[in-house]
Amino acid sequence: MRSNFVRRRNQFIAFSIFRMAIFANVLALAVFLGFIAINGASAISWEFLTEYPRRSMTEGGIWPCIVGTVYISLGSILVAFPLGVGTAIYLNEFSGGGRWTRLIRMGIINLAGVPSVVYGLFGLAFFVLYLNMGVSLLAGSLTLGAFILPLIIGSAEEALRNVPQSYREASLALGATKWQTIYKMVLPAALPGMLTGMILGVSRAAGETAPIMFTAAVFYTGKIPTSIFDEIMAMPYHIYVLATAGTHIDQTRHLQYGTALTLMFLVLGLNLAAIIVRNRLQKRL
Amino acid sequence: MSFISSQKKDLFVHGVFLIVGASGIIILTLIFLFLILEGLPIFDVVSVRDFVLGKEWYPTDINPDYGILPLIAGSAGVVALSSAMAIPLGVFSAIYLAEIAHPKTRAVIKPIVELIEGLPTVVIGFFGMVVVAPLLQELFDLGTGLNMFNASIMLAFMAVPTITSISEDAIYSVPRHMKEGSMALGATHWETIARVIIPASLAGISTAVVLGIARAIGETMVVLMVAGGAAMVPESIFDPVRPMPANIAAEMGNVPFRSDHYHALFAIGLVLFVFTFLFNLLASYLSERHKQVGAATL
Repeated sequence: MRSNFVRRRNQFIAFSIFRMAIFANVLALAVFLGFIAINGASAISWEFLTEYPRRSMTEGGIWPCIVGTVYISLGSILVAFPLGVGTAIYLNEFSGGGRWTRLIRMGIINLAGVPSVVYGLFGLAFFVLYLNMGVSLLAGSLTLGAFILPLIIGSAEEALRNVPQSYREASLALGATKWQTIYKMVLPAALPGMLTGMILGVSRAAGETAPIMFTAAVFYTGKIPTSIFDEIMAMPYHIYVLATAGTHIDQTRHLQYGTALTLMFLVLGLNLAAIIVRNRLQKRL
Repeated sequence: MSFISSQKKDLFVHGVFLIVGASGIIILTLIFLFLILEGLPIFDVVSVRDFVLGKEWYPTDINPDYGILPLIAGSAGVVALSSAMAIPLGVFSAIYLAEIAHPKTRAVIKPIVELIEGLPTVVIGFFGMVVVAPLLQELFDLGTGLNMFNASIMLAFMAVPTITSISEDAIYSVPRHMKEGSMALGATHWETIARVIIPASLAGISTAVVLGIARAIGETMVVLMVAGGAAMVPESIFDPVRPMPANIAAEMGNVPFRSDHYHALFAIGLVLFVFTFLFNLLASYLSERHKQVGAATL
């Protein structure tokens, strides 16, 4: 039996290591956010947010990128939300948990693990080329929609599981059919939870680059998209292009920081909104 | 009458949801199908063996070489190195949050760590380029700060929240009576963690680790911007590398449609798809076992 002193010392050493690990994480995040915020803040102005890029993108603003990112995020949620909620309803309300259900779940788990660049390849081969949509808002929205589908399914299923079983039983006991029960009782109760997933889906879609690189985004387009077959500019791709591909990489550094900070604002703001919705919901239940 | 029709309607609704519910499987199948359709033609030009084990990747040469061994080595290198950083960091953080932290501290820090998971990867890559790279270059006196080591740091930063969040759930859900039993026998808190809690949650922790690694394999923007982009087998951790996702993203933009090079990039996508698929299968296998964690498994 080791002495109590040694045992307590070991505990102290181990716990100190654990504390340092979590501290390293939080510190890394703080340094990361700090750098982007400090360097980005000086670049952001009303003009930066509302003007078009000028002088082959070495000056001016990022308005088309903001619009493009908003459009494609909304487009992808328009694709993924109905499919995701439908899948969740099937899994949680209809399926009996047999082989077919296991297959569906297996598919979703693996879909969530497919690398983002592979989604890009798929979108290029299927939507852009095979279905002949071209590099367009539509092709990009469908690709990104497929990309965020597992996330939407997961959160919608959680929302459905949180609806008390007694809701369903009461409705069925009153003579409602299964569909009436789902439509009139379960869905309204689960909707706020699904909203959380929807916001997170938009946030994920807004920040993603690889799936839209070959399907929707281009270096530069002088106009705001007016149809779903137009190509777009998007903030994540804009950062990548300015930081790696230009001939003025150092000259446009402030534009890169500014775009990065704007994108982070959007993505983290949406995350925050999702957390707030979720907390309100938890209080109510 | 109306009873029968509403029954029919229910059957119809069931059918609709059955089809919608299959959308995930359909998309996964389509992804696989199109990778095969667009990827396999490269093997008319180069044998599978020469493709996977070939050491030269010169797809735009007059006599092009399509050997992806340097790209596989690049992927393996950054994934191994980033795992070596992210696994201890992620698991230790999880133990801290689940076992040591005050519940109020946990309630604040856990969402903060999970916030990292939602950061746009292109911004993480950008940070690696403009902040970490010059730092490394000066610190280690290197030719370029864009290399395997830098990419691994950024990948570890991204993988830690995945590992922490899932491991923490596993550790937190270890039944209370097991912990109390151990403490009542006179074990210290640390001894209880090391000998009871970690063994009991090992399946969950392994799931977390496998998912974290799977994420690192497929991550594109970070390795595209930070890894340096040289298609060669690395000899040192400070060598620039070109992992598979980076190679696809860098070259797909300017290849002619249905050229050999185009097919070769899809074949790399297929390799990547198979790798991550296997890792995900492993993760779901491990998490199936994790469900049985309880007093009976010790």
